[in-house]
Amino acid sequence: MRAIEVHRIIDPLPIYTMWLREMKRFLRVRARVVGSLLMPLFFLAFLGLPMSLMPARQIPGLEDIGYLNFLAPGIVGMTLLFAGIMSGASVIWDKEFGFLKEVLVAPVNRFSVILGRSLGGMTTAIIQALIIVGIAVAMGVKLSSVSGFFLTIIIMILTCAAFTGLGLIIATKLSNLEGFMALMNLLVFPIFFLSGALFPIQSMPSWLRYVMYINPLTYGIDGLRGTLVGVATFPLWLDFAVLIILCVALATLGSYFFSKMEAA
Amino acid sequence: MSMNSVIEIENLTKKFDGLVAVNHITLEVMEGEIFGFLGPNGAGKTTAVKMLCTILNPTAGSAKVCGYDIVRQRDKVRECIGIVFQDRAIDTFLTGKENLDFHARMYHLDRKTRQKRIVEMLDLMDLTGKENMRISDCSGGTQRRFEVARGFLNHPKVLFLDEPTLGLDVQARRNLWDYINLLNEQEGITIILTTHYMEEADYLCHRVAIIDQGHIVAMDTPEKLKRAVGLNLISLQLAQDSSGSLIDSLKQLSWIKKIEARDGSFEISIDGGEERIPEFIDFADNRGLVISSIKLYKPSLEDTFLHYTGKTIREEEGSLKELWKAWMRRSEGKR
Repeated sequence: MRAIEVHRIIDPLPIYTMWLREMKRFLRVRARVVGSLLMPLFFLAFLGLPMSLMPARQIPGLEDIGYLNFLAPGIVGMTLLFAGIMSGASVIWDKEFGFLKEVLVAPVNRFSVILGRSLGGMTTAIIQALIIVGIAVAMGVKLSSVSGFFLTIIIMILTCAAFTGLGLIIATKLSNLEGFMALMNLLVFPIFFLSGALFPIQSMPSWLRYVMYINPLTYGIDGLRGTLVGVATFPLWLDFAVLIILCVALATLGSYFFSKMEAA
Repeated sequence: MSMNSVIEIENLTKKFDGLVAVNHITLEVMEGEIFGFLGPNGAGKTTAVKMLCTILNPTAGSAKVCGYDIVRQRDKVRECIGIVFQDRAIDTFLTGKENLDFHARMYHLDRKTRQKRIVEMLDLMDLTGKENMRISDCSGGTQRRFEVARGFLNHPKVLFLDEPTLGLDVQARRNLWDYINLLNEQEGITIILTTHYMEEADYLCHRVAIIDQGHIVAMDTPEKLKRAVGLNLISLQLAQDSSGSLIDSLKQLSWIKKIEARDGSFEISIDGGEERIPEFIDFADNRGLVISSIKLYKPSLEDTFLHYTGKTIREEEGSLKELWKAWMRRSEGKR
């Protein structure tokens, strides 16, 4: 008996095709583009600007930079978190609207399918994050250096890939939209609020600090803060190490679950 | 036999915990055939097709599509088939052309072939001019036609159509039937379709398998299936009452099998079809009898279904829906 035949694991044309579809869908739904930028914009404008007017000199972690500079990388991280998880989890939509079947019965290796799809989602997520950086700069946030900005992009890719993997895991394990919405609120908001995006880790009580230490987004945002505005809690190598390990683990697990998914 | 078989199914079986959806079906489909699975919802036809399309794995038995095993050579099978799913499976955010292009790339067609095939299929399915509309803006019938065009884009040897006209209005349905016929005639493609519409099976299929509760209860051409149920019937009324003489003389004709007289009208079972009507009128003329009305009744596939399953397809649907609901409740309770 012959083993099940497998197509090339990395299949360029289908990868590109899946990527292209994500880009087209993103650009076509204007409301989604605007909507995805509004929330981070509100955070910067209605939380960042007013808070930066308050005296924050005494708060550890905020002494040197002012609140808006502190908040901006956190909001960029939030954008990556939301967009990344949505990119992975939007497999649920494809399942709900039937398009997933069309993809799954094509003679293409599943890994190529999900790789192309995720790369598309990540591209749109990083475009959004870069727009937020632009908005932040327009509001008066000072970037530390050009070389730091390039490191920022690498951290963006790692953070986004990790959460795309997480979204994918959720999507393959859940069968309906309602369950997904509930889980989003249960999972995404704690990850966001307890990541040091809005307040410095140093000023928190120790029990809360430990919760924040096990939150993966903490390292993404710390890395973004270090490279973007030059202030960080952890050494940069630690941020990178945690993100790389996490990214490999979640992305591998996510694509594994996807490859086991039933088409029907 | 001169024809090649494209699909060979042997004892194919699928069980969903406790419920046997497809029960040991065995059949062969020849190249160029339009073959139909006819049965009520829940009879197992979609499950059977899903197994052939490599979407579901069979519990037992085996099948070959284009000579490839549906389990062990899944990707080979996928390359030689096209599928139109029962539910919509098309990206509504994209245009029709983008959907076709997406499909062509996923099936590794090169740029030149892609462009050529897309133009050909748009033309064949009469979709030229609509290709740049977003799918969400197209009517149900047009969406369906795009799906059929897509299923056929990669030059499959076999095209699977799972309830292709479900939810379409009468006109769109007729239209789609003509396109399906066209595909079959012009491109010589083998088509497997499932349906619970009698007219659809009758109009399109060269051969039909009637499937009920996972079993194939009958399989033949629609004509032969109908003939097996009973003879055609001529219903007749005469202008004047002279029944006695008519009945006596009719009995001489070899193709008349049975006559029933009912106050002035006759029901006559005959061996044959429309060609008997002129013969009949001549016969009556020669005896000076004036026919005021004459009508030919043929058994429908509906009668055939009734004959083989003891139920009409609608009764069946009702009860199976209940069964299905009960099954869904059970499986939800388990989760």
